[in-house]
Parts: sequence; structure tokens; C-alpha cells
Amino acid sequence: MAAIEVNGLVKDFGSLRAVDGISFSVKEGEIFGFLGPNGAGKSTTINVLCTLLRPTSGRVRVNGHDCMREPEAVRSSIGLIFQDPTLDNELTAWENLKFHCYLYNMERREMRERIGQMLELVGLADRSKELVKRFSGGMKRRLEIARGLLHHPQILFLDEPTLGLDPQTRDTIWDFIRGLRSQERITMFMTTHYMDEAENCDQIAIIDQGRLIARGTPEKLKQMVKGDLIRLRGGDLDGLRRRIRAHFGLEAEAGKGELILEVESGEEFMPRLLERLGAEIGFVSVTKPSLNDVFLHLVGRQIREEGADSKEAKRQMARAYQRVRWRRS
Amino acid sequence: MIEARAIYVITLRELIKLGRQRGSLINTFARPILWLFVVGTGLNQLVRGGGPISYKQFIFPGVMGMVILFSSIFSSISIVWDREFGFLREILVAPISRLSIVIGKAISGTISSSLQAGVIMIFLPLLGIHVGILQLLGLLGLAILLSFALTSLGILIAAHLETFGVFNVIMNLLVMPLFFLSGAIYPVNLLPPWLRFLSRCNPLTYGIDAFKNVLLPRVGIAGHGSLGAEFPLGFDILIVGLFCIVMITLAVASFRKIQ
Repeated sequence: MAAIEVNGLVKDFGSLRAVDGISFSVKEGEIFGFLGPNGAGKSTTINVLCTLLRPTSGRVRVNGHDCMREPEAVRSSIGLIFQDPTLDNELTAWENLKFHCYLYNMERREMRERIGQMLELVGLADRSKELVKRFSGGMKRRLEIARGLLHHPQILFLDEPTLGLDPQTRDTIWDFIRGLRSQERITMFMTTHYMDEAENCDQIAIIDQGRLIARGTPEKLKQMVKGDLIRLRGGDLDGLRRRIRAHFGLEAEAGKGELILEVESGEEFMPRLLERLGAEIGFVSVTKPSLNDVFLHLVGRQIREEGADSKEAKRQMARAYQRVRWRRS
Repeated sequence: MIEARAIYVITLRELIKLGRQRGSLINTFARPILWLFVVGTGLNQLVRGGGPISYKQFIFPGVMGMVILFSSIFSSISIVWDREFGFLREILVAPISRLSIVIGKAISGTISSSLQAGVIMIFLPLLGIHVGILQLLGLLGLAILLSFALTSLGILIAAHLETFGVFNVIMNLLVMPLFFLSGAIYPVNLLPPWLRFLSRCNPLTYGIDAFKNVLLPRVGIAGHGSLGAEFPLGFDILIVGLFCIVMITLAVASFRKIQ
């Protein structure tokens, strides 16, 4: 049985079609990465999967339960780690977890043990009596992960689990996520902006403007970008681009202050390039394609171009949608 | 469907937080003391001829109603905070019914409001109102009913607020009019017909009238300018009870729409 099955999912907000007929399935025990630029429909899809949003049309099943007909069965079988914090800052770490246990109707006997175990797992056992408002961003995120796992969910949804965290904390959280998968057989569905993190996924789906545009393992996706990538910087990028077209018949893609060339073998192409145009090139590098390049290739822009305020912008957009919805209903 | 443990923990959370807010007790006393002993004393000189009831006594049921109104609306507004700080999502994605969420919030608001109303009952002897234990218990029961009804109203409002920004609007356009049109500081029957009509539509009017029924002596048929209760107690309870049921139903419906 697939952990998640999505068939022809459509979600409209007023006249805006946020998700436009996507279908995919996620196997049990997989880490599934859901990538896309802001406004592509990622959060909308997650919200439908965890029954916070009703789809306009399409069928969605999570752990074998229909998201529309049995929302409570779906909810009790999934764990969620949201992009924005959802802890109560005025309660202690322990109280936050206890609250969760009660909401998920866990056995009282099991509760104490499980809370202790989870706090241990995320390294917060010695801070359990402290108010959450005194925690750092990384500690809060770890506590949220602990909470998301308390009730033994079969699927864990992670919406940008490492957004806004420093690289060290990001690494810790990833070690933890990988460790978790080897310990508890759990399916993970995640979105991320960090392409290097997406490499950790077993399967990846890329969504843009509400449609799935690619699907596969990171390796398979990287094969979509043929051969190697050559990045060039120089004074006159437009001129350089025209001359590359004239000399080699290759179309260079413009990146941020650089040109990117796809060639079959970077090592063989470089000497020829430098011989002809070496004087105009200030910097050159050869790289094997990364997921970032796949993304650029498919979507036409880098995933992280939106800047640091994207989170707030997204939230405002969601609120605007909601306002429209409320006025209608 | 109602999940008892979910209701319990939602209530417990509010009470834990209430207990941690030191200084809230002083605040609880401040406003009623001002009304009872400053406004009440001042107006007592002005208002005479209420029969056996002095103005200072008349204002007590109104002040109790005020305490319950403000505290109930405030405590249910905490839902807007929960939304602002994200915690509401944790509650919404839990496998519990929307009814349980609303009931849990309503119970916690009710406990905090009726506690505050109960606390100001210690001023009763100072105002020369003598009550027996049965009256006190009856009063507390009515306070609980009114708290539950007004907290439910607050939850209904909070379910439609996305940010805290409009809170002042709610205060000025809803809470203050409810208070001034409730017969709390002057008898409703003194008002011109259109204002009297509005106050008859106000649930707080009946809540406060119920308190008057218990605390103040019946002064025959309520005449023009009478400071006693206006309606029979049973009628007051019926209206507040019905209002309560309607509010809970609407609040649950609104919660279903929140994402």
C-alpha cells in the first residue's frame, strides 16, 4: 500500500488555481522531497494532505484513509512539523508535549515514557521544565520534531524543517531525520528550499505553477541536465554569449551575473573554449549537475531567488486567500 | 463528537497560563472597585428615589455583569493570539472534533470569568446587601451560565479575526455597547423606545437582570425608573441559555472553516 496517493488534485482559491491537477504517490518508508518555487502550490498540497484544506477536486488518500471522508483518521496517523513555529511559548517543553499527548488521546501510562524518550532523542531532556520562550530557534524546531513524533505517526510531514536555521543546526536536524528513518519505519514528506538537503531524499517531485514538472530519484533528475555545467563570468556577458553561439553553436543560459553552458564533457570542452575566448573570460568553473541546476533547467530560475522575506510574503498571501474565502462563504 | 481528554487539556492549558500571570489578580479587582466605590458612590448622591434599593446596591449586578463580559471576551480573544503565534494549527490538525475545541475554550473562559465574578462577591456586605448561602450559590450558578454564553460569543468573534489589529474595533463597536445597553448602570426602562429595543436584544441585559432577581428585593411590578429586576428569573435564564446554545453552534461552524 502506498503511504500517500494523490490523484488529479485541484485546488482553487477564488479565481486562482493554486494546484492544477497533480498526481503522485509516495511509498511507505520513503523520504519524499516536494520542491518548487514560492507560490508553486507546495504548501497548498501539504495542507490538503493533512486535511487542513478541502480540495476543489481530485482524490487524496493518506495511510489508506480518504482525506475528505475520514479527516480524523488521517490526522491521527500523521505528524506535522510546520514551517512557522506552532509551540506555546508560555508553556514548558514538557507541557507542550503533554498537551499533544492528550490531543492525540495517548495512553496515560505510555505518555511519560514517550515524552522522556522523545526529549532525549532531540537532546532537550535537561531543559524539559523550561518555558519554551527561552529556547533558541534550533531548540524550538527540535522540540517541534519531538512533538510531531510523539504519537507514533506513520507519516511525518516536514514543511521547510530547516528554514531560517544556521548551517550547524541544519546538519544536526538532518542527522536526526536520517537516524529516525533507520530507527522507526516512518515515511517522510518534506518541502525544502535547500537543494543540498533535497539530495537526502529518495524521491523528488518538482512542482511549478501548480503542476508537477518532474519526478524521480535525485540521480535520475540530475541526468536531465545533460553532461556537465560550465559557469563563466566576465565583463561582457551578452557579447560572450553571442560569440559562444557563433563559435560553438551552443546556447548559454544566463544565471545571476554568470553564464551557464551545458556540455557533454567539461574536461574536453574547456581547452577549446579558452583557446578561442580566453581573453574575455574572467572566471570559469566546471561542475557536475546538482539539483539546483536541475531546478534551474526545468523552472528557469533558481529556487532561492525570492530572498529572505519570502516567508512573510507567503504568509500574507495565504491570509489574503483566506480573506477572500471567508467573504465568499 | 466530544473528546473529554482534549477538552480537559485545552482547559488545563489556559488555567496554567492564568496561574502564571501574576498581577492579574490585582487587575481583576481594580475595575470593579472603581465602579462600585467611586462611580457608585458618586452617582449615589445624584440618584435617589429608587425605593428600597440604593444606587450603590443597584450597580452591583451590573458590575458583576461587566466583569464577566470583559473577562469572557478577553479570554476567548486568546484564540487570536494562538493563531498569531501558530499554536492554533497544532490544535486544528489534532484528531479532535471542532466541537471539543470550542467547548474546551468555552470552559476555560468560563472558569476564569466566574472566578472573577465570584471574587467580587466579597464586596456584597460592604454595600449593605445581605445574602444567604443559597443566594450566593444561585448567583454563582448564574455567573457561570452568563460566562459560558459570553465566552461562546467571544469565540465566535475570535474565529473570524485573523489579527489582533481589529480588537479595538470589537471593544468599541461590540463590548462597550453591550455594556451600556444592558441595564448595568441605569435601568433599561428609562431609555427611549429605540434604545430600549436594542437593550432587549442584548443577552447581557438578561444576565444582569437575573443577578438583580437574586440580589435586589422585588419592588412590585417594575415601574418607570424602578431599580429592581425587570423580568422573571426563569425568563432571564431561558434567554441566556438559548443565546448560549446559538453561540456555541455558530462558533463550531466558524471553526470548521478555519484553516
